Amino acid sequence: MSDVTVRYFANLRERMGRADEKIALNGDKTTVAELWSQLSGGESIPANILIAVNMEYTDASTELKGGDEVAFFPPVTGG
Amino acid sequence: MKVVIQEQPFDPSQKVADYQDSLKQGSYGGVVTFVGTMRDYNDGHQVSTMHLEHYPGMTERHIEEVCQEALSQWRVMDILVVHRTGEIHPNDPIVLVAVWSAHRADAFDACRYVINYLKERAPFWKREVTPDGARWVEHNTKDLGVAASVKRPA
Repeated sequence: MSDVTVRYFANLRERMGRADEKIALNGDKTTVAELWSQLSGGESIPANILIAVNMEYTDASTELKGGDEVAFFPPVTGG
Repeated sequence: MKVVIQEQPFDPSQKVADYQDSLKQGSYGGVVTFVGTMRDYNDGHQVSTMHLEHYPGMTERHIEEVCQEALSQWRVMDILVVHRTGEIHPNDPIVLVAVWSAHRADAFDACRYVINYLKERAPFWKREVTPDGARWVEHNTKDLGVAASVKRPA
């Protein structure tokens, strides 16, 4: 299986018009940056967007595998 | 250590009293608490209501990690964190951090560390309702870099 689950939060969820989706990876060693490009029709990840893979913060160079959960979200504002 | 994320409003004093009942009586010398409440203004705008979104699973995990870091860095006995989500009104408590310790200095430092890291790292997002409409809070500006400046124990 080479599907990943992609989740969006806060204003990014609103902008994307969906909270989550399943995406088939284009190939082995797909990075987060390449996944975003695939999702957005060739764009790069905006500078202020944070990335988590399997609920851990990471960066755009992380390589994905089937079953991973990838989340994109704006800077956090809790507390 | 306990981390609770909940939609229901809570009474911080009651939460502290209930959790303290579960600790070994006589073992602690004090509890330091921080309670964050909702203001009715932000960035020059009146705010009537706020909606707090989180990332179920990741939020709890990151707060637990921060508490574990505090427990290993300072001589503190136990930590309770409660954080609201959903619809919040002015004056409502949003977050409670309570730290029990034999001595106060470590409890103050650990409490500050947990709330600062929570504000920087825990995935929560605030959406405010103002007279001009709803807007997402873009960042906790004043908190950037605060956690790094928290004094670590020698």
